[in-house]
Amino acid sequence: MENLKALSDAARDAILAAEDNAALEQLRVEYLGKKGHLTALLKGLGKLSAEERPAAGAEINEAKQALQALIGERKATLEHAAVAQQLAAETIDVTLPGRGQRTGRQHPVTRTIERMQDFFGAIGFDVVEGPEIEDDYHNFEALNIPAHHPARAMHDTFYVDETTVLRTHTSPVQVRVMESQAPPLRIICPGRVYRCDSDLTHTPMFHQVEGLLVDDHSSFADLKGLIEEFLQVFFERDLAVRFRPSYFPFTEPSAEVDIQCVQCGGDGCRVCSQTGWLEVMGCGMVHPAVFAHCGIDTETYTGFAFGMGVERLAMLRYGVNDLRLFFENDLRFLEQF
Amino acid sequence: MKISEQWLREWVNPDVDTQALAHQLTMAGLEVDAVEPVAGAFSGVVVGEIVSAEPHPDADKLRLCRVNAGAESLQVVCGAPNARVGLKAPFAQVGAVLPGDFRIRKAKLRGQASEGMLCAEAELGLSEADAGLMELAPEAPVGTDLREYLGLDDQVIEVDLTPNRADCLSMLGIAREVALLNGVPMCSPEIAPVLPTIERTFDVVLDAPERCPRYVGRVIEGVDLSRPSPLWLQERLRRAGVRSIDPAVDVTNYVLLELGQPMHAFDLDTLQGGIVVRCARAGESLELLDGQTLEPHESSLVIADHERPLALAGIMGGQASAVSAGSCNLFLESAFFTPQPMAGQARGYGLHTDSSHRFERGVDFTLQRRAMERATALLLEIAGGNAGPVVEVVDEAHLPSRAPVALRAARIPRVLGLDMPAADVERILGGLGLDVTASEEGWLCEVPGWRFDIAIEADLLEELARVYGYERLPTRRIRADLAMPTQDETRLSLRPVRSHLSSRGYNEAITYSFVEPELQRLFDPDTPPVSLTNPISADMAVMRTSLLPGLVGVARRNLNRQQGRLRLYETGLRFVPAGKGLLQEPMLCLLLAGPRQPEGWDAKRDGADFYDLKGDIESLFRIARREGELRFVASERSALHPGRTAAIHLDGEEVGYLGALHPSVRASLDLDMDIYVAEIATRGLLSARMPAFTPVSRFPVIRRDIAVVVDKTVTAGELAENVRTVAGPYFEDFTLFDVYEGKGIDPKRKSLAMGLTFRDQSRTLSDEEVTEVVQQVIDSLRKNYNAEQRS
Repeated sequence: MENLKALSDAARDAILAAEDNAALEQLRVEYLGKKGHLTALLKGLGKLSAEERPAAGAEINEAKQALQALIGERKATLEHAAVAQQLAAETIDVTLPGRGQRTGRQHPVTRTIERMQDFFGAIGFDVVEGPEIEDDYHNFEALNIPAHHPARAMHDTFYVDETTVLRTHTSPVQVRVMESQAPPLRIICPGRVYRCDSDLTHTPMFHQVEGLLVDDHSSFADLKGLIEEFLQVFFERDLAVRFRPSYFPFTEPSAEVDIQCVQCGGDGCRVCSQTGWLEVMGCGMVHPAVFAHCGIDTETYTGFAFGMGVERLAMLRYGVNDLRLFFENDLRFLEQF
Repeated sequence: MKISEQWLREWVNPDVDTQALAHQLTMAGLEVDAVEPVAGAFSGVVVGEIVSAEPHPDADKLRLCRVNAGAESLQVVCGAPNARVGLKAPFAQVGAVLPGDFRIRKAKLRGQASEGMLCAEAELGLSEADAGLMELAPEAPVGTDLREYLGLDDQVIEVDLTPNRADCLSMLGIAREVALLNGVPMCSPEIAPVLPTIERTFDVVLDAPERCPRYVGRVIEGVDLSRPSPLWLQERLRRAGVRSIDPAVDVTNYVLLELGQPMHAFDLDTLQGGIVVRCARAGESLELLDGQTLEPHESSLVIADHERPLALAGIMGGQASAVSAGSCNLFLESAFFTPQPMAGQARGYGLHTDSSHRFERGVDFTLQRRAMERATALLLEIAGGNAGPVVEVVDEAHLPSRAPVALRAARIPRVLGLDMPAADVERILGGLGLDVTASEEGWLCEVPGWRFDIAIEADLLEELARVYGYERLPTRRIRADLAMPTQDETRLSLRPVRSHLSSRGYNEAITYSFVEPELQRLFDPDTPPVSLTNPISADMAVMRTSLLPGLVGVARRNLNRQQGRLRLYETGLRFVPAGKGLLQEPMLCLLLAGPRQPEGWDAKRDGADFYDLKGDIESLFRIARREGELRFVASERSALHPGRTAAIHLDGEEVGYLGALHPSVRASLDLDMDIYVAEIATRGLLSARMPAFTPVSRFPVIRRDIAVVVDKTVTAGELAENVRTVAGPYFEDFTLFDVYEGKGIDPKRKSLAMGLTFRDQSRTLSDEEVTEVVQQVIDSLRKNYNAEQRS
């Protein structure tokens, strides 16, 4: 059996040195195949005595199994190495930038309007839009601003002809809704508005979101609550809100709404002209004359309306320092939102 | 409206400081814009008198003045043109500090010692005037501290009044509010009738009583207007922003500021016959006090004598009848002009005066006689003279009527959300000058002559809220029934469209709806746009009929700012005249320029083209599940490349276009790269198809690829349409996977390779039946388009 040891050792060395599956297969055939060296030893058992035979047979089988296992192991090792090699060859630079379109952005005005729509939409306000070239009646008369009313001077109106204007606010949309729908009403009207004014803080076109609520139980207290909540939600801050008496022909009582300056927190800074307050919107209880124009019974119903400049709120929200940027559409500006 | 705090506190003096007072006013709806000291911060300035003035030996424009400053007399070098002997002027002594922390020191000017400085108004922060020394009154006591002498420790509170509050355009009105807000009494100056000392009157006729129902006039004889108004009067005017002219004008201005009644003084010696308040007549002309001559419109009210118009009623006086330093006999006017017809009159002449501002908004129609008495007393005191009897002509029927206004107690909680105690209601309304009596349901209120803004119950509710304080009114959440909104599933919003465009790399732009007419014409020469009668500038004069000019403008600006790749969109209305009406149509405009992919390590630098934009449009219509209804039809359009433009049809209706900008248009706009644009009416994108289920077949698809050679003029669209028509009931889909022109093909022809797929719901199709259908397709293409099958 000296021979078995030598054969096993030689086979072991050869298997461990084999570099691929083919070499392993060849070694398997050479040692373990039908005509292999170890198979031959088994065949030679017949020459041994009956007493010696079982032990010798067992020994040879053991060696065969060991070699078989070794081949398996070596095969697994080689396969593993091959996979590792392939993976290594396939390695890429994961830090190279990705491919394809770069996602575009929405204009900050649209972004702001959509946020507002979401807040009001969540409490049942519908979005309504309307014409931008309006008749005098809907833009002024129905809103209790007759011809030559001093309030018209506040509006710097663009005229198309004597009775047609570019709407100076989105309130005419509210009129159109009140003319055609019965209360209760909860709507907001976003859109472009136009005033003949252009300087550092005015552009001849800008955006407003106006809102209207008409029902049989709401009062100035509800208006205050709604506006205060909206502004706190919009700025995601528990900021102070104050209501100041003001005058709009279409609401009474009317209020200007100030918020605590978002820049300085009310201490006074350049943004709030050292007052600590920022004027952000106007509002009030719908004037009975407006209800009368729209055929809504002022005994049964009360309502309130509010309006705000979108650019103004967007500037405060995002810290934009120049109104004109909104309409220059420089990509370096647009891509920030 | 500028209010001197000193003056105000003579009327009403609540125990609050300036800041608190300003806050009170703002929170009562009289918004304080600014609180500013009436003079700059300075000290060490006294009344000085120039006792001698000699030329400076070494400077032409300078003078050596000897200034008496009380304790001593000092040499001062001065360059002011009005420096003269006898003049009293502010004198900053050595050691004085002027505004801007400017310290006065001993100095030498061109070799001459100067011990102090004579000052102009601007140097003391009193006004902008800096042309010469401030001239103080001859009786000014030399050596007195100027701040003390002029009472300069005062603030001007500037109130920005809303148009409804004309009643607060006077000290009287503001003081009334302050008294009410603080619960303190108001002490107004006593105005006693001035007894006439002469008999003379001047006749007044009201020819247009509906516009001027009350006119109060008075003759004053023998005044001396050659001396300036006293200091206190000048200072009060100055602090209100009014220039001192002469005692007559100053007094009328003072009464306007004090009581809110605009007045006018005529030189009586220039008037003929009597006063007639009438409408202007055609052909009349009038030279106004500001020097302009105009022909008043026949709708304008004038104050005339028996010869000619003298003044634009309630707006501005005329030059010919104006008082001057030499005027001796005056006729004073204190009238009421009805607000409504006054509205817009001044603006019609490009004018806006303190007088027109008040009459348009409403002047207390009971005030005229009182104002006349006040003005008479002041004028006699300042300029001497004798007053005639007051002439008052009234047309009672045309005076404003003030029906009592009812306030129902129940409306207070209903509108303001607050149960206000009756005592508060009566205190507030009474304090505003209303005559309040209790009624069954609440109160009945008589409205005073100065409140033109109180006519209905809501006006009273507003006053209650305003004076009670908005901040004290309750706040609560709105309440409503919860109801699910009905939502039409086929009606989409622009939101998914916008977010889809974002994912495809488009940035949103917003451009003005008015555009340059020339640019408008370039892009849409056939549609006459809506023009503005008063555009803000020539390049924003017409309303866009297309969003294209605006978006191309954005592209141009960004390309000029070194952006090389653009994907832009805008949504908004276009304005298209349609017959007698006007179409305001919501549109979506897209613009594409530069490389298909952002620059990258691996990206091909191919320029994006027509098919990129077309693919984006097709993908947009998938949102509404309407991509199958799209057809692109070769067409032509101004400003677009005639061979690269398509009309977009949706379900047979034209809804837009896409194409390349015409090279000549690009050249004219200095755009040196291909630009692809599209404009689509958004209604097609927003009206979606409901999903319609069809069963999913369990059987395999059979695909056949064929290639055909056709003339180049044959479009892929035509072939596809033909294939769909003849491909039989099992036809499923059509893919065009190759277009080839060039080697091996007739130069006039092209090869199109397409994959056709077939499938049935209930069985696997046999090879034979598919082959047969494909053959039908090929035959049909051959027949209709002279197509040869390519093997």
